[in-house]
Amino acid sequence: MDKSPVLRAEGITKRFPGVVANNRVNFDVHAGEIHALLGENGAGKSTLVKILYGFYQPDSGTISLDGRPTPIRSPREARGHGIGLVFQGFTLIPALTVAENVALFLSKLDWYISPKKLAAQIQEASRRYGLELEPKTPVWQLSVGQQQRVELLKLLLTRARVLIFDEPSKVLAPHEVDTLFGIFRDLRNDGYSLVFITHKLREALTCADRITVLRQGQVAGSLNAQDASEEKLVELMFGEPLKEVATRERGSKFGKPILELVDICTRAVGTTPALRQVSLTVHEGEIVGVAGVSGNGQRELGDVILGLIKPTTGKKIFLSQEATAWPPARMIGQGVAFVPEDPLAMAVVPWFSVLENVALLSPKRFSLYGGLGMAWDKARAVARAGFERLGLNPLPERARAASLSGGNLQRLVLVRELSRDYKLVVGLYPTRGLDVRSANAVRQAFLQARAAGKGVLLISEDLSELFALSDRIVVMLRGQIVGEVRPDQTSLTEVGRMMVGVGHG
Amino acid sequence: MDKNRLAAGSFRLLLHVVLIVGVFALFLWANGKDPIQAVRDTVRINLLQWRGLWGVMVRMAPLLLTALAAAFPFRAGLINVGGEGQFFLGALLGTWAALNVPGLPQWITVPIVLLAGAVGGGLWGWIPGLLRARGWVNETISTLLLNYLAPLIVGYFVFGPWRAPELAIYPQTPEFPDVARLPALGTTRLHVGFFIGLLFLFAYWFFIHKTRWGLEMRSVGGNPEASRRLGVPVSRWVVLAMVLGGAMAGLAGIAEVAAVHYRLKLAISPGYGFMGFLVNWLAGSNPVGIVLMSFVVALIASGGFTLQITQRIPYAAVNVLLALILFVVLAKPASGILAKSLARRWKA
Ligand SMILES: Nc1ncnc2c1ncn2[C@@H]1O[C@H](COP(=O)(O)OP(=O)(O)OP(=O)(O)O)[C@@H](O)[C@H]1O
Ligand SMILES: [Mg+2]
Repeated sequence: MDKSPVLRAEGITKRFPGVVANNRVNFDVHAGEIHALLGENGAGKSTLVKILYGFYQPDSGTISLDGRPTPIRSPREARGHGIGLVFQGFTLIPALTVAENVALFLSKLDWYISPKKLAAQIQEASRRYGLELEPKTPVWQLSVGQQQRVELLKLLLTRARVLIFDEPSKVLAPHEVDTLFGIFRDLRNDGYSLVFITHKLREALTCADRITVLRQGQVAGSLNAQDASEEKLVELMFGEPLKEVATRERGSKFGKPILELVDICTRAVGTTPALRQVSLTVHEGEIVGVAGVSGNGQRELGDVILGLIKPTTGKKIFLSQEATAWPPARMIGQGVAFVPEDPLAMAVVPWFSVLENVALLSPKRFSLYGGLGMAWDKARAVARAGFERLGLNPLPERARAASLSGGNLQRLVLVRELSRDYKLVVGLYPTRGLDVRSANAVRQAFLQARAAGKGVLLISEDLSELFALSDRIVVMLRGQIVGEVRPDQTSLTEVGRMMVGVGHG
Repeated sequence: MDKNRLAAGSFRLLLHVVLIVGVFALFLWANGKDPIQAVRDTVRINLLQWRGLWGVMVRMAPLLLTALAAAFPFRAGLINVGGEGQFFLGALLGTWAALNVPGLPQWITVPIVLLAGAVGGGLWGWIPGLLRARGWVNETISTLLLNYLAPLIVGYFVFGPWRAPELAIYPQTPEFPDVARLPALGTTRLHVGFFIGLLFLFAYWFFIHKTRWGLEMRSVGGNPEASRRLGVPVSRWVVLAMVLGGAMAGLAGIAEVAAVHYRLKLAISPGYGFMGFLVNWLAGSNPVGIVLMSFVVALIASGGFTLQITQRIPYAAVNVLLALILFVVLAKPASGILAKSLARRWKA
């Protein structure tokens, strides 16, 4: 680390209406280094990397490359300088092959490589770094992890030297995370610089060489990974140690069944798997975990419960009533709270304010004079109470949902859904994108719901979360439930194996 | 970024104006007309004389409503280009009411006639709304097609069963009885329809921004997927937004007939439905913007009629101009990129 950095940002300040997202931030990356960026939700991590990538212009501050001050005015210029960013949402065209997607990206940059040469380069890079990608595979056949590696491939072929990832592990299953970090290490050893954002302290500690923590737009600290520990990082992120999460008391008695699915089958639409003979029961006071690599029918399972998908065969019973044909409005009205997997696309209206999105909880409940007006005070009170109950700082109620940071958006959805008068909460990856403290707060809320005799269906890829919370874990694979275990009678490895279809059941 | 965007925005606006005015001037000049004189005539006759100004406002009346015909559906994420057809259907059903109400006083007849017009337009919006809600046909396609059908239906009635006996060579209905006509303001030609337009503009604003229904409709437009998951009745709002939009255009149609022509015929619209769409697009569905843009478009249309007389420029030239505007507006992304690079070069 004695060489001068490849990329150095100094005194970066960026304001958005009402917030200073970055406040005189200094940040640098060396060649052959993996640099992790940590910080609580809304700390300004995404903003910083977007500035490095030329997506935002800083209000003040300079960026230097190889010691020379270089303004980066657009992503295009950034790529020209060898800086690449992989956003959370991928920018691939599913119908095209890996090679075509890469070629499309290169052609946008006025590059041209003959298809044959391109295929050779893809295979070469794929072999070298174990990307396991074939040029001719259509992208829709790829897993999420593989798609992410296509994005990485695109950057490699444009000769990027600094590769930046915004929460790359957020949508990955545990085994995919390991693969990705393996690739990161190989790239580092070849002299690349890598920057990644994460909320998982362990990931930063095991994979990174250096860790920088942002707090409310400022650098709270930057340290070598050898010198860091979970406690230190938490202290830097929040200024205080984490509160203990109350653990689940075991062996409590469950009540009556709240939700029963009996032999549910659905039709496959496009590339999504069909559910096959899914039977599942959630009782009062029970947390049922659903483990599985995402894309194995979890979304369909949620949508059947919500009433968005009608099963072709099978029965759904909710609170002892046949509810197979109930539409979402009725399910929600009868007491289902639902946290979908992708909040921006599935749970909020992006250009509505925070308050308006809260009001969507139940427009009827917040209306005045039969609908002629809206009782915004009431919505405001509900929002405030909701944030308080979860122990989170309230969000600015006039901010548009689209301008919220990833984690703050997830908080908004959680606060709204948990403000319902619900009997059953269905959460798809509910702690995705949340910082450690908020994730703990949400887990706490689920435990409280359980203690209050409500049912919880927790769909997650995070095995330690599932093991900590669930009374029972079912494993989903290709639209089927392939096993059911009790957390105290099995191990993470065992369930991890079931998730990918090796051994057991 | 924000400063850049502002600069790019102003450049874009400037670019639009220069483009439109330039191309139109070129078009006039190529036809052997004097573009500067054309502008002068338009301003003198349509803006600086009371008579002309009233005329512009009379033209604004239907535009306010046909703009709303696009605005309501737009808020629900729908593109209604069927204002023209809905205008005709409104005129048709309203005429039926006007010619069939037994001798009631005006204050009761007029509302009935207007209501019938709104129902006619609403019906013409309901069909594409339903087709869309069922996921069968995209509303843009179906409203466009229904535009061709509506005048044919009106044609059938004015050539056939409703044709006026007294002047049988013209395909038109008998005149409306006095009680079915919209009163005008004093001695001017400015009729009640204009104020109805303003009233509905206000109602539109209130509905969209203040009521629960507006919130639900906007959420359907803003993110249908999320709305469905939140239990907002998406299909119902799709249909309703189209019905509301259609009703606005229908109201425009019958108001135009009952206040300006006093009888139904085929030549009741110089394209008010399409112009309304343009107005709404330019105004970004904002009520104040709709008033301003209606005025501009009405002025252009009135100017067209003036020039027909003063300079013998065919009225179709106005359609060329409006088409140009639409073209430039729809080409926003492309001109945006051009404007951005210009703005950057300017600063560098
Ligand atoms: N385009 C924008 N307009 C307005 N405010 C914004 C915009 N982008 C970000 N912000 C605000 O800037 C702050 C920092 O956001 P940023 O996305 O950088 O956070 P983050 O550290 O990535 O958080 P998370 O862990 O939740 O993803 C937040 O308060 C956010 O609301
Ligand atoms: Mg972020």
